[in-house]
Amino acid sequence: MSPVDGAGASNPNLPVDRAVTVGREPSSSPEQIPQLSEVDCPAELKERIEALMARYPDRKSASIPALWAVQERYGWCTPEGIRQAAAVMRVTPAYLESVASFYDLLHTERVGEHRIEVCTNISCWMRGGDELLDAFRAAAEGEDIFVTGFECLGACDIAPMAAIDQRYFGPLVPGEAKTAIDQLLSGDAVLPEKSLEKRPLAGDTEVQR
Amino acid sequence: MPHALETRVLLDKAEDPRLATLQGYKDLVGGYATLEKAYKSMEQDEVLKELEDSGLRGRGGAGFSMGKKASFLPRGDMNKYLCCNADESEPGAFKDRELMQRNPHQLVEGIAIAALAADAGHAFIFIRGEYDSQADTLDAAVAEAYEAGYLGKDILGTHRDLELVVHRGAGAYICGEETALLDALEGKRGNPRLKPPFPAVQGLYGGPTLINNVETLSNVPRIVANGAEWFRQYGTEQSPGTKVVSISGGVRRPGNYEISLGLPTRDLIYELAGGPLPGRTVKAIYPGGSSSPVLKASEAMDLPYSFEAMAEAGSMLGSGSVIVADDRVSIPHMALRTARFYHHESCGKCTPCREGTNWTVKMLERVVRGEATPMDLDIISSVQENIMGKCLCVLGDSMAMPVSAMVRKFRGEFEAVMAEAAEGIDPHTIIDASPEALEAALEATS
Repeated sequence: MSPVDGAGASNPNLPVDRAVTVGREPSSSPEQIPQLSEVDCPAELKERIEALMARYPDRKSASIPALWAVQERYGWCTPEGIRQAAAVMRVTPAYLESVASFYDLLHTERVGEHRIEVCTNISCWMRGGDELLDAFRAAAEGEDIFVTGFECLGACDIAPMAAIDQRYFGPLVPGEAKTAIDQLLSGDAVLPEKSLEKRPLAGDTEVQR
Repeated sequence: MPHALETRVLLDKAEDPRLATLQGYKDLVGGYATLEKAYKSMEQDEVLKELEDSGLRGRGGAGFSMGKKASFLPRGDMNKYLCCNADESEPGAFKDRELMQRNPHQLVEGIAIAALAADAGHAFIFIRGEYDSQADTLDAAVAEAYEAGYLGKDILGTHRDLELVVHRGAGAYICGEETALLDALEGKRGNPRLKPPFPAVQGLYGGPTLINNVETLSNVPRIVANGAEWFRQYGTEQSPGTKVVSISGGVRRPGNYEISLGLPTRDLIYELAGGPLPGRTVKAIYPGGSSSPVLKASEAMDLPYSFEAMAEAGSMLGSGSVIVADDRVSIPHMALRTARFYHHESCGKCTPCREGTNWTVKMLERVVRGEATPMDLDIISSVQENIMGKCLCVLGDSMAMPVSAMVRKFRGEFEAVMAEAAEGIDPHTIIDASPEALEAALEATS
């Protein structure tokens, strides 16, 4: 019998394919699903993930929402947080980490207290997205704020735009980056007039640049 | 006020913020009456027939008949699923965002009725993670609909059940591809699957699954309410209905405009979106999002904006997102921007896409740095040809189509940009090809 679940492993009548199995014997200490008692998972996080799992026919479907919950609690997907979620979901931490590392909005490294994504895709680029990103980078210098260029955020009508802590603002001029960051740090409402919610339907206003 | 050239059906009363609530949806547009009619008095086949007769084509990009797609689902007792694709991530597209934000109940009602046609007991809205505020809006709308008995067990006492879950993604363009969406919804990395089997036969959790775009599903209540004939009064023979078109880039009034399909592209750009910015002229457009082959202004303006006219012109209507490039825009730089996006978003599963997007970016960077020769343009084109149709999904094709169109139609400009950037570069110098040096050189040219 082949030691791995590869060719020949499922059917004992087939010859074992040495090329597939040699040197690929399973590790003597494969990663285990952590026990809940080992991970010290906060009660609310556990309850939240359990509620998320209950929404789906298959508990694994909750992996992205569970990682969102971890990120919300710890600011990013910490190895500890991932272990806690893995214990609740009864999957290996490596599984959740593989999911987290696939998606741009889940962070597997510490990012700042606030997150700013500046769109630099085609429509925003045409209207000065690169300059806006530079302005945000300069204004956030030395602060605990994560600024990154981002692919199309789906708000080309307010180009150039930025998502500040998951809320959309635009059209922005580079000078507004500093204002936005000052407001963010002092806890004021950020650029209330530039919020997407304020935007009338179908471009009733002219955007000039 | 809607423009005279607009035909607002999906966006009817959308400027009224009350529309986002259940009560507002009922009061303003008579919402949920169709759900009640369909659940209480219609059979699966009647709903299906209405959808098929309407000729409604998918609004997510491929433009496939929605009714046909739903009819592909096998009958039987197995669990069937309905997924609403709200992972709108195509550069240039923002219509689904508007529809969900302004009129979430229209989508919920559409899903509930489409679930009848698919005989699905479980439905999901897969919304991109960036649309956080829109997902909150949907969460609230779904909760209201459960409360009112339009979702859940034994809907309106008809012994029909439907569970609806709003599932947030976490930032990956590939999840808009239907099979990658299913993988992401199953809690995995969003990699596309081999087709066939198509999702209609074997989709979510291995069950038959109907996947439709937000705008497609938002059309369902009115079609079932007013009939296929009513729907066909809008649009053209082959593209019936209205379409919410997102217009962005170098225009005065970027935004979402709902039109009857077949409106001249010129009206779309000059009348609705106000034309190019002062002193500018239109150079080229992407007629259907960043993955559609670009059209020169001279080719595009006289075309009717419909699925068939765009296909005939060698492009596509796609998601219905027009990006306008004015005369200031450098096409080679725009090609690079486009290619970088697909390079970043390629999931890496298929070699032609993973490597092809990577090499296209590298070659286009050489073009704008002045290190390329005209022969490299032919190599770029041949790389595009070798991506198209060779992968599990069309992400690679989505880069190949616009990039090859740009190289073909604007070759002179590519050569001019190359020559200009090459000025002063001694062809005999050995180029420092370390990543840092290349980065710095690129910064200097962009």
